[in-house]
Parts: sequence; structure tokens; C-alpha cells
Amino acid sequence: MAGELEFEKPVLELRKKISELKEFTKNTDVDLSSEIDKLEARLEKLEAEIYENMKPWDRVQIARHPNRPTTLEYISLLFTDFFECHGDRAFGDDEAIVGGIAKFHGYPVTVIGHQRGKDTKENIRRNFGMPHPEGYRKALRLMKQAEKFRRPIICFIDTKGAYPGKAAEERGQSEAIARNLFEMAGLKVPVICVVIGEGGSGGALALGVGNYIHMLENSTYSVISPEGAAAILWKDSTLAKKAAETMKITAPDLKGLGIIDEIIPEVKGGAHRDVAQQAKYMDKVLKDSMSELLVLDEETLISQRYEKYKRIGEYSFPNEFIGVK
Amino acid sequence: MLKELFTKTKKKKYATIPSESAKQDVPEGIMTKCPNCKKIMYTKELNKNFKVCIQCGYHHQMDSAERIESFLDAGSFRELDREMVSGNPLGFPEYVDKLEKDRQKTGINEAVVTGLGTVNGFDVSIAIMDATFRMGSMGSVVGEKITRAIEKADELSIPFIIFTASGGARMQEGVLSLMQMAKTSVALKRFSDNGGLIISIMTHPTTGGVSASFASLGDYNLAEPGALIGFAGRRIIEQTIREELPEDFQTSEFLLKHGQLDAVISRTELKDKIAGILEIHQPGGVFQWQEN
Ligand SMILES: [Zn+2]
Repeated sequence: MAGELEFEKPVLELRKKISELKEFTKNTDVDLSSEIDKLEARLEKLEAEIYENMKPWDRVQIARHPNRPTTLEYISLLFTDFFECHGDRAFGDDEAIVGGIAKFHGYPVTVIGHQRGKDTKENIRRNFGMPHPEGYRKALRLMKQAEKFRRPIICFIDTKGAYPGKAAEERGQSEAIARNLFEMAGLKVPVICVVIGEGGSGGALALGVGNYIHMLENSTYSVISPEGAAAILWKDSTLAKKAAETMKITAPDLKGLGIIDEIIPEVKGGAHRDVAQQAKYMDKVLKDSMSELLVLDEETLISQRYEKYKRIGEYSFPNEFIGVK
Repeated sequence: MLKELFTKTKKKKYATIPSESAKQDVPEGIMTKCPNCKKIMYTKELNKNFKVCIQCGYHHQMDSAERIESFLDAGSFRELDREMVSGNPLGFPEYVDKLEKDRQKTGINEAVVTGLGTVNGFDVSIAIMDATFRMGSMGSVVGEKITRAIEKADELSIPFIIFTASGGARMQEGVLSLMQMAKTSVALKRFSDNGGLIISIMTHPTTGGVSASFASLGDYNLAEPGALIGFAGRRIIEQTIREELPEDFQTSEFLLKHGQLDAVISRTELKDKIAGILEIHQPGGVFQWQEN
């Protein structure tokens, strides 16, 4: 089966065996139902064992799965009347970020998100979901437009990072990211961010300053990729698995650190196993968040966002002073 | 500059400007020949398809009356300031005669028609430029009528929609024409700050001072396919930079790629797409969930 992940192989193999047996019994008189029952019970246990004890590296694999649903798939399942808006009105249209206006259960919203490709051709067009400055500037333009028309903003985060390239630097990648952080802080409308795949560093954060930050159960959010971290920390990128554990990049980790608000549960085995069902889980969380935020006034929205980020960080003034005087 | 746009078509195929010869091959009336793909089709059939070529999708020029007919709900249009006419502020020779000739030819008094109407039931204030009158050039009357249509939208708290089609500023009114860019922009700024929705639809051609003012100031900047849109004339640019420009230079598709447009929309689906945008911007979004 395409897209099989190493850690879930025992489950998939057992599942295959069961279906083979079922197929076999169809064509013969042999009764294997008790064997099949036994195997199915074993499968259930095995699934629980494997999917409930996923290691960070397993989640990284799911977050990067080629079939993992993208922003546009969620948009088509969660919203109606989507009208995509292109361009930053300055330099170009970066297809690594998509955005536009839509309705969420009848309520007007602005939706923005990183967009990976589903195949090589689309990935080239969308630069593997790694934006240039014009992508961030398009996003900001749409956020400002949302603010003008008092629409809530929903951001889907899914990128390995902002594109590290020459042209990106020439056009001010840093400024574009920084500007988004700065401006998103002051938006007078609700902003809800959901990490749906990989949340790669500043390139992810540039769509990620919101009133609520949620993560899909198997998504990741980090300052650097596990490979990158391993290369820097231990000069060995093959230690990515170890880095994934150390760096605290999974949804449960970020929840533990108080950075994100909610973990959106995933379909067993990952969102790609049942996108429609996954969208339903997402729908519920978005509805709840919107209901809570839509009743707040502008000032409260901005101060709630301020407090949220002010809280993040760890420091102390120990009784026994250990620094320099 | 205007002259350049419309006559310099023989040597090179710029964007989608129909060549004069193509136009005259077939007698006006029953049949129309597509200047792009050369297909000859019934004019009636072409008109029924919003004057979009059935074979290749080429968008034939539309005048303001045809636009009103095809874009607004039937019978909903109420024209404003129909009788406003230009003076001759610089005493330009023959200007008055030229205006009169175009009034006779087109049946309208200036290069823009403004008014109120509905789009799938949504109220709008609308301005439709008409390139058949003085090439859609902008003088005092065009600036004033557009400004009034914006003010009307502001007064009634309804969206403002503009269809642009213009070679730019009207030379015969000199700097007064130039200042219409500022006048319309000032009006749009006030309307926008009051929360007004601005939709600009650029049609062939949208150039010079019009492209550098209200045409580019929409909350949504849209364009019909294959329209020529740009600030400076192609030949001027080529002479300045001493380089030949790419075939698709300054087309709608070129602008979309370069970040200037939200979308390029075929005329055949324009009304419904715009109505969709209008619906999302209806005031009083009730906080109550519906089934998606
Ligand atoms: Zn044709």
C-alpha cells in the first residue's frame, strides 16, 4: 500500500491478512469465522497499542504524509462560497499561500493557509508550500481586508518553512514575516489559527498570531525541522528522530507548554485516512472558537491576543541568586 | 498615447486588439468574425453568449448599454447625471465638435454611464466606462460622474462597482483631466474608510490615468480575460528600455501573475461571481450557525 508508515506496519499487515481470510471464506465452504474474530480482536488491541503510543517521530511522519489533507481540501469541506483572491498587489501571486472569502455555516469569513502540492507538478507550482515574501504580503492584504469588513480570520498552517532563497531575501523575507506578526497583533477581528501539518518556524508563525491556536493531533510546530536541529545540535542530521523527541514539537508537547489552546483529535492513523471525518472534528472546534470570539469587542480581542503571547516563555528570579551582580 | 493603442496593431499582435481588417471582412450585422480565431458566427448567437467568442473565448468589446443589459437585473437600472456634459476648458480646437460627434454616434453624453441598479437582487451604485466614446478617456465629466456615483454609494451604504475601459486621461482637458485621478481617489478613500465595498472590473483597455487611479483601488480588483491593462503604452516602454516586450505583456493574465489582480473572470460567469462577493458583504451577518 502506498504511503505506509514504518510504525504502523504491523497494523496494516494484520488488516491485510484479515481481509484475505474473509475473501477466502467467500469462495469456499470452510468456516474460518472464529479465526477471523480472534484476529480482529487482536487488531483492535494492536491498533490501540500503536496509535495511542505514537512517538514524536511517528507523528512527524504523519504530519509529512504525502496524502495529508491540505488547506484547500479543508476549505472545500468546511466552507461554502469560497472565492479565492490572488496577489499581493505589488510583486506577484505566491501560490504557496492561498486565501479568500467564504462562508462558515452562513457566516462570512476570510480563510488563509499555506498550500502544498499533492503531486510533483503542483508542488513545483506551489513551491512545496514554502512561501516567498509576496505570499505573506498577500496574506496580510487579505487580513486587512477582513478587518475592514469585520470578518473573522481563519488561518491554516502547513509549511516546512519560509522559502530560503536568494529572491526571497532580496524582497525582504524577514520584513514580510515580521510585518505579519506585528499587524496580526492589532487585528480588530477574531483570528483562529490551526496547524494542520508541519508548522515550520517563522514561516509558519507568520500566519499564526491569533486569539486561538489549535493543532491537529499529529501536526508539529517547531523552531527548526528535526533534521536541522540534529545537524546543529549534534552535527548529524541522521539523529532527526532523537531531535524530534528532544525538541518538543508535537501537539501534546505544545499543549503541555501552554502554547496552543486545543488539540484537535485525528482519525485513527492520521487525517489522511478519512478527510471528511477529519473535517467534522475540525468543524466542531472552529464553531466553538468562533462562538466564543464573536461576542468579544475589538479591544478585548486585541488584549486577549496580547496576554496570550505575553504568557509564553519561562524565567524566574530564584531566591538564591545565581547570576552575576 | 491613445492613438498608439488603437491604431498600431498591424505589425504585431498586441494583447487582443482586433485588427481593422478582421473587423471589415464580414458585413456588419448578421454575422460577426472573431478577430482572434477568425471563426464566423451569428451575431445573435455571439450576443447571447455575452459577446464572448463561442470557439475561443475572445471577449468582444461591449458598450455601456450592452453592459447594463448583461450585468444588471432586468429593468433595475436608474441612470444618474445623464445630462452632464463637458465644457472646453482649454479652448481646444475642434474638441466641442468631437464631443458632439461622439454623442451622436454613441447615444450617450460622456465616456461613463453611472447609476443605481441591482445584481441578483443586491443594490449597487455602478459606473460603466464606455470606450466607444472618446476611447473612454477621462475628463472633468467622467471624473465628476464617477465621484458622484461613489458619493451615492456612500450615502446609501451600498457597494460601488466600476467597469473600467479607458485609454487614460483626456488630452483636450489637460491638467484638469489629470486631477480627476485625485478627485475620484479622494472620494474612494472616504467611502472605504466608512466601510464601503469597492469592486473594480477592468475591461479592455484600461490604461494610463484610469489604471493608475480608481481601476486599481478596489477591495477586489478583477479583470476580463485578455484585456490590455497597464500604465505606460507598450511602445513607449519598448523605446525607453530598448527591449522587445513579451507577447502577453500587460494582459489580464500577466497582471494576475504579477500580483495585481484578485482574479480574472470570464464575462459569462461575471455576474454570478460578483453576486457571490456581494452576498458575503451583506451587512448584519447574524451570529447563528447554518448547515453548510
Ligand atoms: Zn474566437
